[in-house]
Amino acid sequence: MIFDVVVLGGGPAGMAAATEAARSGARVVLLEESPAPGGQVYRAPPAGFEMKPDRDRQEGDALRAALAVSGADIRTGCRVWGLGGGPLVPEGQPDAPFSLSALGADGAPFTVQARALILCCGTHERIIPFPGWTLPGVIGLAAATILLKAQGMLPGQRVVVAGAGPLLYAVAAKILAGGGSVAALVDAATSGEWLRALPALTARPDLLAQGAVWRARLLAARVPVLAGAQVTAAEGDKVLSHVRVGERVFQADALCIGHGLVPATEASRTFRARHAHRPEDGGWVPVLDAAQRTSVPLLYAAGDGAGVRGAAAAPAAGRLAARTALHDLGFSLEHASEEDAALERARRTGAAMARMMALRPAMVAAIPAETIICRCEGVTRAEIEHAATAGASTINQLKHFTRCGMGPCQGRMCGEAAGALLASARGVSVADIGFTTGRIPLRPVPMASILGDFDYADIPVPAPAPI
Amino acid sequence: MKTRFDVAVIGAGVMGCATALFLARGGMRVVLLDRGEICREASGVNAGTLTMQMTRAALIPYALRAHDMWMNMPAWCAGGDVLATACPGLSVAFTDAEAAMLEERARIRRAAGAPIELIDGRAAQAIEPGLADGVKLAGHCPIDGFASAYLTGRAFRAALQEAGVTLMEATPVRGIDGRFVLDTPAGAVAAQRVVLAGGVWLQDMAAWLGVTLPIKVLINQLVVTERMPPVMRTVLGVASGLLSLKQYANGTVLIGGGWQGIGDRTRGGVAVRSDNFLGNVRLAAHTVPALRQARVVRSWLGLEAETADALPAIGPIPGIDDAWIIGSVHSGYTSGPYMGRILAQAILGEAPELPLFPIDRLLHQRSNSA
Ligand SMILES: Cc1cc2nc3c(=O)[nH]c(=O)nc-3n(C[C@H](O)[C@H](O)[C@H](O)COP(=O)(O)OP(=O)(O)OC[C@H]3O[C@@H](n4cnc5c(N)ncnc54)[C@H](O)[C@@H]3O)c2cc1C
Ligand SMILES: Cc1cc2nc3c(=O)[nH]c(=O)nc-3n(C[C@H](O)[C@H](O)[C@H](O)COP(=O)(O)OP(=O)(O)OC[C@H]3O[C@@H](n4cnc5c(N)ncnc54)[C@H](O)[C@@H]3O)c2cc1C
Repeated sequence: MIFDVVVLGGGPAGMAAATEAARSGARVVLLEESPAPGGQVYRAPPAGFEMKPDRDRQEGDALRAALAVSGADIRTGCRVWGLGGGPLVPEGQPDAPFSLSALGADGAPFTVQARALILCCGTHERIIPFPGWTLPGVIGLAAATILLKAQGMLPGQRVVVAGAGPLLYAVAAKILAGGGSVAALVDAATSGEWLRALPALTARPDLLAQGAVWRARLLAARVPVLAGAQVTAAEGDKVLSHVRVGERVFQADALCIGHGLVPATEASRTFRARHAHRPEDGGWVPVLDAAQRTSVPLLYAAGDGAGVRGAAAAPAAGRLAARTALHDLGFSLEHASEEDAALERARRTGAAMARMMALRPAMVAAIPAETIICRCEGVTRAEIEHAATAGASTINQLKHFTRCGMGPCQGRMCGEAAGALLASARGVSVADIGFTTGRIPLRPVPMASILGDFDYADIPVPAPAPI
Repeated sequence: MKTRFDVAVIGAGVMGCATALFLARGGMRVVLLDRGEICREASGVNAGTLTMQMTRAALIPYALRAHDMWMNMPAWCAGGDVLATACPGLSVAFTDAEAAMLEERARIRRAAGAPIELIDGRAAQAIEPGLADGVKLAGHCPIDGFASAYLTGRAFRAALQEAGVTLMEATPVRGIDGRFVLDTPAGAVAAQRVVLAGGVWLQDMAAWLGVTLPIKVLINQLVVTERMPPVMRTVLGVASGLLSLKQYANGTVLIGGGWQGIGDRTRGGVAVRSDNFLGNVRLAAHTVPALRQARVVRSWLGLEAETADALPAIGPIPGIDDAWIIGSVHSGYTSGPYMGRILAQAILGEAPELPLFPIDRLLHQRSNSA
């Protein structure tokens, strides 16, 4: 069967998109990697929501409940690895239905086909490399929230929390609430930056109040808060034992660090949609029209994967993408929902936070020469700059010269820092350096799970070349 | 127009790079242009098999000499290196039909100079312990090997510069006026001679000179695994030629063989065909069972050129003095550097060590403007 709409990703954007499309009568399937829909924020809400304890949980539950009764086919626990169809057809052929290959929760492979595809793939966390960032004991803020929230585990007994964005304060507050101690909070943003973000934040008094509570907690616990500062090194014998911030040294058994969120564009790149580099949106993003259309017919994107705007703005963007898709497929939209003014406020707040979490060029510039940038392949800053001198002028060529980005993460972790380093070494903009070509699999895929049972005789070996 | 070069080489794949390098070493003022970056098309994305058992028989004398060049690349390429590794090559047959094909092909290739011997499955497993049971017959060639093709551009770049070649990347040639003024976005580039080295784009390039040279485009798929413990130590193929397998020193295994994906000259390599992806990895896992434990980390595509008779286009362009062509060489990575060397010899007025492959045979109709 061919669905009308397939939604990839079941965060707030994807849940809302699938719900909206299904209630207008479309045949909809939603594919999500986690065991339950929810996405980053609703699966792993950061701590410190006690001010309005149920707000996020309520919103997540409301989206989930609406999805559950929408009639959409919800497939969770499945890893989508293969993409095809759409514009990926031989020359001269009309576009095909989109086709997504996945491994189901039981490990069995399956493929879904749909006329339209809405990408709601969210983000991955940015960590700007620094000496020692690959030491055991150093983890991302996102991973820390999952530990804290989903498993009720502290990342360590004495933790340094560092990076940029509101998540810093949330994680620190949650560690305190869980009985851990926070050795220091190291915020890349200066207090001036926070002040400048205030006007946008006042659009969401609830968030402002949350922030105030988090900061009060830290104050009460006498946690040193270093503003406009960054971790210079994580050190220890095999595991982390202390964290350096300039001259200051903090004993710690864990460092939770994150420098913002990067839109996940693997799928839109694979479909060869147009992308633009917009630091304020998180980096490379698919170019969208006002109704969430990418440059590829019947391919849409919504939520943070299309530019970081936060969880509050994501559902409305998902719904808009769904309505546009249905319109383009020829559906009547009489059951469509109307968006309210709160959306615009959410977007403004989200944009202000996104700016705070944007890549900080100065931080990249400060990476020491021998620091590893690509941890899969062990490529250092010095090697990247050497490649730049040796003539590598694009990120794809850098891959060839150094293997940077060729490992299991396919540049998800290192691509951005490598691009920024290459750009500055060549004296050009990151936009000129380009992005790596998107190719399947979207995630490493075990051969055993895709091979299936087969007879040698059934392998359709093509005719041999002439001798 | 500031400089008039002795020769302009258009297309910086392995063919263009090698030709340009040896022309410069021969004393010519050379400009090498590419519309993208050096060796980022076929020459930078190919499977890097340096093999006699996939090469067309007519090319074996060339491939043998080129194999030697690859293994000694730093010596003639100013230290440039593609990590070429020599190892035995095995081409295996699982069925009687394949065994018959293998026997015939091995005989022809042996006659052309490739030291291929036929061995049974047990002997093949002694050479390649990773090989599956059930092999009826195998062709064993002690001269085989592989390279990391993605390093090709880096390897040539320094040598080209040292030899004084003017390298113009990101400079698409749009046409050729007169003899010879190249039209590019960076302005006109003038040269006494021109060498077309445009891979699958040779057809368009020949048309600039009024020559109709049909070039077929193959869209080859490749798949690579994550690093894994050693599972094999040879270059492995099957009798039909539609498998090439090797494990690099870093533990990754490259799976290829010429299965076709989606793409064309205009859009490049667009996407992997999922049925061919599955066919290719099944064939690989059938041949080396330990690959069932692998995880696929990436797939990609590259464009390979083929003439009407699937033999190379290397030589002068008939009717146009000082215009030359090089490309469409089957297993062209393997023999690339040697092909560049002999074309350079011809352009420099020397007798090439081995004969070229003139394109007269391919030009049935010449267009009127020629
Ligand atoms: C740890 C953390 C805490 C945050 N806290 C807050 C907060 O307090 N307030 C706030 O406003 N924002 C917060 N954010 C931002 C918030 O997560 C996002 O704004 C929001 O989730 C965006 O929704 P989305 O639907 O675009 O993406 P996501 O919620 O990220 O959802 C994307 C979904 O797609 C799935 N997916 C992606 N690729 C595939 C694939 N190939 N196969 C299958 N499934 C796939 C993922 O599993 C994921 O569930 C936080 C982010 C993080 C990382
Ligand atoms: C996926 C794949 C796997 C392969 N595996 C093997 C293998 O294992 N062993 C083997 O021996 N061979 C293999 N081959 C074949 C081999 O890669 C090719 O024969 C060889 O690389 C061709 O080199 P080339 O220089 O002719 O072409 P290319 O490397 O394609 O170079 C042509 C160049 O011309 C440039 N160009 C095009 N148009 C213009 C223009 N208008 N102006 C300026 N420049 C232009 C292009 O940008 C390109 O850089 C494989 C090929 C592919 C695609």
